[in-house]
Amino acid sequence: MEYLSLFVKGIFVENMIFAYFLGMCSYLAVSKTVKTAVGLGFAVIFVLGITVPINYLLENFVLKEGALTWLSPEYATVDLSFLSYIMFIAVIASMVQLVEMIVEKFAPALYGALGIFLPLIAVNCSILGGALFMQERQYPSIGEATIFGLGSGVGWLLAIVAIAAIREKIRYSNIPAPLKGLGITFILTGLMGMAFMAFMGIEI
Amino acid sequence: MSTETTTAVEPKRESLFSKKNRKLLTDPLDDSNPITVQVLGICSALAITVQVQQAVIMSLAVLFVMIGGNVIVSMMRNIIPDRIRIIVQLVVIASLVIIVDEVLKAYSPDISEKLSVFVGLIITNCIIMGRLEAFALGNKPGPAMLDAVGNAMGYAWILLAVALVREVFGSGAISFPGVGQVKFLPEGWFMANGGFYENNNLMILPPMALITVGIIIWIQRSRNRSLIEEN
Repeated sequence: MEYLSLFVKGIFVENMIFAYFLGMCSYLAVSKTVKTAVGLGFAVIFVLGITVPINYLLENFVLKEGALTWLSPEYATVDLSFLSYIMFIAVIASMVQLVEMIVEKFAPALYGALGIFLPLIAVNCSILGGALFMQERQYPSIGEATIFGLGSGVGWLLAIVAIAAIREKIRYSNIPAPLKGLGITFILTGLMGMAFMAFMGIEI
Repeated sequence: MSTETTTAVEPKRESLFSKKNRKLLTDPLDDSNPITVQVLGICSALAITVQVQQAVIMSLAVLFVMIGGNVIVSMMRNIIPDRIRIIVQLVVIASLVIIVDEVLKAYSPDISEKLSVFVGLIITNCIIMGRLEAFALGNKPGPAMLDAVGNAMGYAWILLAVALVREVFGSGAISFPGVGQVKFLPEGWFMANGGFYENNNLMILPPMALITVGIIIWIQRSRNRSLIEEN
């Protein structure tokens, strides 16, 4: 039950885009058509679902104060958390590279669909954001961390597909010329964010 | 920027402040603004603009990381293998961000607390990666530094504009470090004291950041019509 609540919270209440603005750059750049938006969205779910648990293990067995006690009890006072940024980003960049190679080898069809988006994801703030939120919130188990990662990914997919669908339709509307493109996308995202705020404070 | 044409005679050997280099500084303020035109670095621009103070700290942090990153990568541009350049760039940026984070934690822990994960997210701030890829990898350190300063300034003015609007309308005051809150309206005007004015709490919430940036884009593009998109 706790897992379900975390999952739903990640999708709606703490939506990466509407509540924290993470991954906005690719959200704005790749939301011109629904098809590409779906591709990028699934790639984000995939990478978040892999990197958050790996970074969780890294955080709890290497970086946190006293995390190294499994090596020897004398390391109990070692605190490596200042290294976390560089470790997390290294994990993310190398995982993305690895995932890209594995997908290319074993699932060429999937690679065709996700291929061009995977390298983009290494610098998508929502991936590093997921790792940093995981670190800040101190999830008690790796299961919860994974569910949090997957939920945030699904929330991101939902947001980008929704905006892409609206942008496809709005192309035919009569918008003031200076607002066309980027401007109206910002305002639409703001309005959608207001709608998503209705989920705030919901406890499941 | 077209309005800033100068009549300075261009020297034979390009000096650091030649016309071309000056363009590197001024272009990002308007014509190729990182936020409103290149669409880079949006995440942090929206998330930490609730207070002017936070926006200033964030801008300074980005300025530092950008100059450092651009100059270092530009100096190494001939020895970085092409295939792993993204990881090299990320490591350079991450090391600079760690410096910023440690300094912030040491000298202003409360600000560092408020910025929470967003200091770390400077690493994936696309404005830095974007400029490294687009400029530093192909240019000498001098112009790369100017490009960094120009883009960081273009980023900073949008950040400050958004933060100013949000803080003034959202809290009716601006807080300065050391001075405290400076209020613009007399206390008696506020609803709580029997007046008529109420702060617009919506301005502090996330959605208004997006709408404020949208409106800034609207104003900028109606003044500079060459930036208007097709659809």
